[in-house]
Amino acid sequence: MQAFFDEFLQWLPNVQLAHFLIVSAILFSLGIYGIVTRRNAILVLMGVELVLNAANINFIAFSRYGGVNMDGQLAAIFVIILAAAEAAVALAIVLNIYHRFQTVNVDEVSTLRE
Amino acid sequence: MELFDIVFFIFAFITIASAFIVVFSRNIIYSAFSLLFTFFGVAGLYVLLYADFLAVTQVLIYVGGILVLLLFGVMLTNKVVNVEIKTGTLHTIPALVLVAVVAGSLSGLFYSTWKSVATPTTSVQTTSKTIGEMLMTSYLLPFEIASVILLVALIGAAMISRKNRP
Repeated sequence: MQAFFDEFLQWLPNVQLAHFLIVSAILFSLGIYGIVTRRNAILVLMGVELVLNAANINFIAFSRYGGVNMDGQLAAIFVIILAAAEAAVALAIVLNIYHRFQTVNVDEVSTLRE
Repeated sequence: MELFDIVFFIFAFITIASAFIVVFSRNIIYSAFSLLFTFFGVAGLYVLLYADFLAVTQVLIYVGGILVLLLFGVMLTNKVVNVEIKTGTLHTIPALVLVAVVAGSLSGLFYSTWKSVATPTTSVQTTSKTIGEMLMTSYLLPFEIASVILLVALIGAAMISRKNRP
């Protein structure tokens, strides 16, 4: 146990690939938690954005440390593009749901039509 | 502990702390605004990874576009003036267990491999020139498809949110 902590304290101040990956893992888990637990559809969308950001951090961290070079950054650019398109369409759908049901809670909107 | 490490921990703390607020805050407005700090923190991490163009793109598109869109959604779907904008949660306990398992196993996996990791590539230069060249050569087809997808999303969003559909 003592050896583990010594190793951990030796690892922690030297920032390298694993630090970025762990930050992105935590961000990913928080996004999953938001998607699973929130009732408001817009907060579910925010969880999706967190997950996409976590994926982007992974792409760019590997593009710097993993020898992937610029291809990782290109992938991150396409993720950002798709996130923008997804947010626009999803917000339109949420607004439509609100007009029809007067609520955006995902557990109350359980029918495809009135 | 160099300056790089200190700056990394500052940005990582900003990112994760504000992501916690996004996920656990009762008030949807607080969630939306702390999402702003999450995006800025992630942009800072991009800068630390020598992705300068990506960092600027992150700020422009996420903060300037997506976050504003989400705030529009918040304002349009909640009666801000009179009733509560607090939101409820569903099945919290199973989700907490799931998330703890996911985060723990991923972090343990990443931590266990840290000794065998390669050193970073040494070439440090601006990335926008390379990105532009790659978009016009080896990534030309995805680039064009992305433009079509953006057009489709634009038309689709406008069609869906119209009041009287034909």
